[in-house]
Amino acid sequence: MLQVEQLAISRGERILATDLGFQVGPGEALVAEGPNGSGKTTLLRTLATLSPPSGGTIYWQGQPIAEVTEAYRGEMLFLGHNPAIKLDLTPMENLKVYARLGGAVTEPIAALEGMGIRRYAATRCRHLSAGQLRRVALARLILTAAPLWILDEPFTALDRQTIDGLSSLLEEHLAEGGSAIITTHQPLSLGQARVSRLPLGGG
Amino acid sequence: MRDLLLANRSRADYLNPIVFFLLIAALFPLAVSIAPENLRALGPGVFWIAAVLASVLSMEQLFRSDFDDGTLEQFAIAPQALSIVVLAKLLAHWLVTALPLMLVSPLLILLYQLPASTVAVAMLSLAAGTPTITATGALGVALTVSARRGGVLLSLLVLPLYVPVLIFGASAIDQAAHNLPIQGPLLFLCALSLLSVSLMPWAIAAALRITLE
Repeated sequence: MLQVEQLAISRGERILATDLGFQVGPGEALVAEGPNGSGKTTLLRTLATLSPPSGGTIYWQGQPIAEVTEAYRGEMLFLGHNPAIKLDLTPMENLKVYARLGGAVTEPIAALEGMGIRRYAATRCRHLSAGQLRRVALARLILTAAPLWILDEPFTALDRQTIDGLSSLLEEHLAEGGSAIITTHQPLSLGQARVSRLPLGGG
Repeated sequence: MRDLLLANRSRADYLNPIVFFLLIAALFPLAVSIAPENLRALGPGVFWIAAVLASVLSMEQLFRSDFDDGTLEQFAIAPQALSIVVLAKLLAHWLVTALPLMLVSPLLILLYQLPASTVAVAMLSLAAGTPTITATGALGVALTVSARRGGVLLSLLVLPLYVPVLIFGASAIDQAAHNLPIQGPLLFLCALSLLSVSLMPWAIAAALRITLE
């Protein structure tokens, strides 16, 4: 379970938000909302241990993540704006790299199958469309069993069908006791899952 | 490993430094003098300067694409230690840049009319010296990768650090050409390489984390 107390985030010299406090338990999703530049991405990067918080503490399973960084990283999956996919490799090769980095519970080919892009497993990513690339990136959600998903705008560039697919993937994840922190501009329907909203200030 | 596969997919990027290496070396005699005794005196120095410049040229690509497409972020938050990933990347980079330099180096030795016996020494000195160059240069790249035009900054940062390698590398070849013992400079190069390869991955990983913040 992720718990945040008095968190302050800043980008460069600019303080984006102070005194943030929330918690995300098993089976719960948190949606960070706010206009562009309100600090959604910075918040997610801070939670993903990419940027240090400028104040406050983040707890994972009751312990400050600064003390259990390695373990926390193993249980968290962060997908940012950048797909983090190598264009000169095939989707299959890309996923194998991530499978090696740790935590893989599914075969890469099954993960691609799950995202409906098995057909392109051996095509170089350079020849795929933006939406297909995002699907390759999202296949990592199936690849690993991380209990905490941190997703920055996961619905960007996806077609209707894939959005539904991703939504049901999220529902499944939450139903199995996972947690998710998401930013999105799209209305999100997650069935019975408990979704809380975190509004971030307007500038 | 992934980087080797990638390198294989974009060969031209990695051929450039080698051509650059040969070209620099070929330009010197044209500009200075083609008298064999001059060439022999210049050879070892030019050889290593060309090798160092070619390495810096190829260095910049080390983290560039990973930084641009977000892969570096993923490596930074992966359960696998970042320094291990860095070490693997260094090894892959060394294999695709330094190894080819070693393979074409005999050409250069012959071009400068150095005794054939120095060919082996030149290759040895590259083998002993280039790990330092790769590891130290990578630290510079890690610090400058977020800068838009990091290339010049990178050269300013790392070229001074290459001075010891340059001195010992060139002197190894020079001494071999004069039939003097070569263990001294070669062992120095090995020591520098061991030191930098064992310590640099941690420094590079730390620098990358700062860059990514």
